[in-house]
Amino acid sequence: MFYREAGDFKTTYRDDSQTFPIRFDRWRYYAVVAVAFGVVPFLINDYWANAVLVPFLIYAIAAIGLNILTGYCGQVSLGTGGFMAVGAYACYKLMTAFPEVSILIHVLLAGGITAGVGVLFGLPSLRIKGFYLAVATLAAQFFLVWLFNKVPWFYNYSASGQISAPERTFLGHAVTGANTTASSKYLFCLVILFALAWLARNLTRGTVGRKWMAIRDMDIAAEIIGVNPLTTKLTAFAVSSFYIGVAGALFFSVYLGAVEVGEAFGIQKSFLILFMVIIGGLGSIFGSFAGAAFLVLLPVLLKNILVGQFGWATDLAAHIELMIVGALIVIFLIAEPHGLAQLWRLAKEKLRLWPFPH
Amino acid sequence: MPDQLLYAMEAGLNGLMAGVMYSLVALGFVLIFKASGIFNYAQGVLALFAALTLVGFQEGQLPFAHLINTVFGTDLHHFGWRLPAIVAIALAAGVMVLLAIVIERYVLKHLVNQPPIILFMATIGMAYFLEGLGDIMWGADIKTLDVGLPQGINETVESVTGSLLGYGFFIDNLDIVASVVAALLVLTLTLFSQYSKQGRALRAVADDHQAALSVGISLRFIWVLVWSIAGFVALVAGIMWGSKSGVQFSLSLIALKALPVLMLGGFTSIPGAIVGGLIIGMGEKLFEFTVSSSWFGDIFGFTLGATENWFAYVLALLFLVFRPQGLFGERIIERV
Repeated sequence: MFYREAGDFKTTYRDDSQTFPIRFDRWRYYAVVAVAFGVVPFLINDYWANAVLVPFLIYAIAAIGLNILTGYCGQVSLGTGGFMAVGAYACYKLMTAFPEVSILIHVLLAGGITAGVGVLFGLPSLRIKGFYLAVATLAAQFFLVWLFNKVPWFYNYSASGQISAPERTFLGHAVTGANTTASSKYLFCLVILFALAWLARNLTRGTVGRKWMAIRDMDIAAEIIGVNPLTTKLTAFAVSSFYIGVAGALFFSVYLGAVEVGEAFGIQKSFLILFMVIIGGLGSIFGSFAGAAFLVLLPVLLKNILVGQFGWATDLAAHIELMIVGALIVIFLIAEPHGLAQLWRLAKEKLRLWPFPH
Repeated sequence: MPDQLLYAMEAGLNGLMAGVMYSLVALGFVLIFKASGIFNYAQGVLALFAALTLVGFQEGQLPFAHLINTVFGTDLHHFGWRLPAIVAIALAAGVMVLLAIVIERYVLKHLVNQPPIILFMATIGMAYFLEGLGDIMWGADIKTLDVGLPQGINETVESVTGSLLGYGFFIDNLDIVASVVAALLVLTLTLFSQYSKQGRALRAVADDHQAALSVGISLRFIWVLVWSIAGFVALVAGIMWGSKSGVQFSLSLIALKALPVLMLGGFTSIPGAIVGGLIIGMGEKLFEFTVSSSWFGDIFGFTLGATENWFAYVLALLFLVFRPQGLFGERIIERV
């Protein structure tokens, strides 16, 4: 009815190739952004920030990062946790070494350092493909976590082996440390996510993104039509690791505050983010958001129901949660292998014809 | 001979034994990958689940005791009887077959013709599910598994090496048993796949799904069969690892250790799984021995520890850069 391209005349190429070609979509997008920036910060409290919103924003960044590598460029990676750890430790070293520099710069630099590490571990992707590559990225995961555990320089020789974020402010508001408010944490992550998601969306529909997708669809064919596999795969690794590094830096500094590397950035984290990408939808920025929201909300919901409502023991609830998450993943893959993003696409197709489908 | 060399030999020998244990898990992977092209991440959790079930049967535990007690407010734990090891093993094997049927019917059947990454993800989902299920059924505490396998230092090896070299090697009896079992397992599997009717069908499916279908081989039966065999191999691995280090969650992580073994040996080769396991096991023990030894510290000014966490992966990674299909894998031919 209102979700139509009919009557919405495009008079320039610019109009024609915009991200949201349908007017209703565009306004919906503006409305979501306005609510996220203008309404939520005033309503947010500590519980919502810590349990739902901040982890959602950070995981969404990581999921976009992995989606670029796995969804757009087709290189399966199980090293996400390790790369997040690189971001976290780079951020920590920068924060403690240059306390006067803005935290935003530190976070972005941490992403840059992770991009470098990512390229290094991406080099074998030129020779190794498919599952062999997925297993090879496990080398990154285990080696990096071991490195941060064993070399005291990385955690500034602290006795506990943990790293903890000192207080840093951004535009006069504390975003790390003990004296943060829910809204400042939320807004800080939101600004970064918004910028990075915008960048990712535009990267993936430009030349770079098309090259990635060509490599994903058939690397040999792509090479024949003139896509350079070396630069294409390595840019995918670099951009993806940048996002994941930023997510790791935020995860450590803003969300957790203190981190023990094996616990926070273990192999489980790699799988969690891979699930987000798969459930959300491979090769879709919206899917990264949807997957992150789904897997952040699900445990909170289950915990509230099982422990809060029924009063079950937490370990029993945790096991049931594990079963439900596992079962849901399988069910999802059977019902809709292209993820939530595909459901969204189908819904939009239906909506265009509604209420007169003929 | 200098002492250091003797210690290194002992470490290497123990590494070989550890490698056999990795191979046991890797075998299950290879079987499933060959027959269905599925990269089965759940193999480690299958081993954990099998071992948990075995202990549960042996101790006469009531399944889902915790859940039942929570829901109904009862206080039940055990049936009050203990089963002999051999009966418990048979029952556990039965459960694994049942599991294979359930997996085929409710998961794999619906995922035919999906890209490999989707199937891989589905096995990760199954791994989560089985882990939760195992914990709910039998409880998450660490259990000791004792099916009567010999354990402790092997006196014969110690005395023989002691008299020959002047230093007695420490080799665990359990490791020796594991090696024998692994050898028997490989022999049985090879005989089965070479000489039995089902084995031939299995190889046909591994070779070409469609061609196998067209000569009347039931794909679904073959999948149940191969998952049952993988479940049985998982049970054997679970018994060995469970006897060695207790039945606990970390058992499922050995699956991850089996991955570099597979990469080295090639995903499609049973001898590759064995050789890869031996190389990885010996390599990581020797590397750990070298970098934590005092003369390494003298030369480089520092020593490293706990390198076993990552050495296998890095070794496999470096190896693959030079030989992308692994040691014994089929040559990867790509067409546009």
